[in-house]
Amino acid sequence: MIYKKNDARIIVRGMKDGIPICLGYFAVSFAFGMLAVTSGLSVLQAVLLSLTNLTSAGQVAGVSLIQAGAAYYEMALTQLIINLRYCLMSFSLSQKIDRKAPFFHRFFISYGITDEIFAVAASQKDKVGPGYIYGLISVAAPGWVLGTLCGAVAGNLMPASLVNALGIAIYGMFLAIIIPQAKSDKVILGCVAGAMVLSALFGVIPGLKRVSAGFVIIIVTVVVAGTAAWLFPVKEPAGEDREHGT
Amino acid sequence: MEHNIYIYILVMAGVTYLIRALPLVLVKREITSPFIKSFLYYVPYATLAAMTFPAILDSTGSVVSAVCGFGTALLLSYMEKSLLTVSLCSCAVVFVVERLIL
Repeated sequence: MIYKKNDARIIVRGMKDGIPICLGYFAVSFAFGMLAVTSGLSVLQAVLLSLTNLTSAGQVAGVSLIQAGAAYYEMALTQLIINLRYCLMSFSLSQKIDRKAPFFHRFFISYGITDEIFAVAASQKDKVGPGYIYGLISVAAPGWVLGTLCGAVAGNLMPASLVNALGIAIYGMFLAIIIPQAKSDKVILGCVAGAMVLSALFGVIPGLKRVSAGFVIIIVTVVVAGTAAWLFPVKEPAGEDREHGT
Repeated sequence: MEHNIYIYILVMAGVTYLIRALPLVLVKREITSPFIKSFLYYVPYATLAAMTFPAILDSTGSVVSAVCGFGTALLLSYMEKSLLTVSLCSCAVVFVVERLIL
């Protein structure tokens, strides 16, 4: 009985820590919902996408691929590359999760590994029980899904000037994730600048213009991150010290 | 080229879930290759940067307002403001600039 009481308290602690994540998610997924609807998805499809994927970068790229009518394998490959970072977080969490907890929890926790949830879970001092992560997910994920719903519905009703203004929201969030890290780490700064220049070149150079948006992201990511990893291998295990992300 | 949106969503969800679940379920040891570790470490920065630029320039009603919003986001994120602050302030700048121009 004492064990169960303790469990409930841990879940509640996770839920409390999930509140700021929930608020941040709501604002960004609101913009995503609008983007999805203006890109031709229905409200139901936009909400379903957010509910099943729970990731911002992958969903934004996914919507542009849907709009472009990309092949399914191209979609799969793009998601694989863009979301590859979750592999690292998942690796890291596999060391962090309390080994006494039943193994099946790992299948459910996997659903909610996002940059923010990972960052909060990884920054805990001791081993993390599944209950704490369930608490985080149970508050943060509804923020993401409800934000998408509101954005998808309100996007149609709002004046164009407001829709235009909110269109930049998600890119603002991406910059807020990468720029602070680029400030303190010159290699990351190089990655950011290099990736921006390279992806801009794909839009300008005649022969490269035909390459689809999804493959541009894959090629740029593999080239830039691969070069950086080759020239400047990271000494400390990465992922633990990251404060926020998508 | 008929594509079903629900199949797209299924593909996206399946791939994303497997990426998250496989290491957690299968890997008991830590990855040792410094190259793979480093590669995974740099991936988010390269990906997010590539997705942001030049796409951000087309994200609003005009390139001028987008550039202003981009500048605002760069400045505020350099000052290490929160995700929400950076995001909303760049929206506000775009809104004001578009009002002034049109």
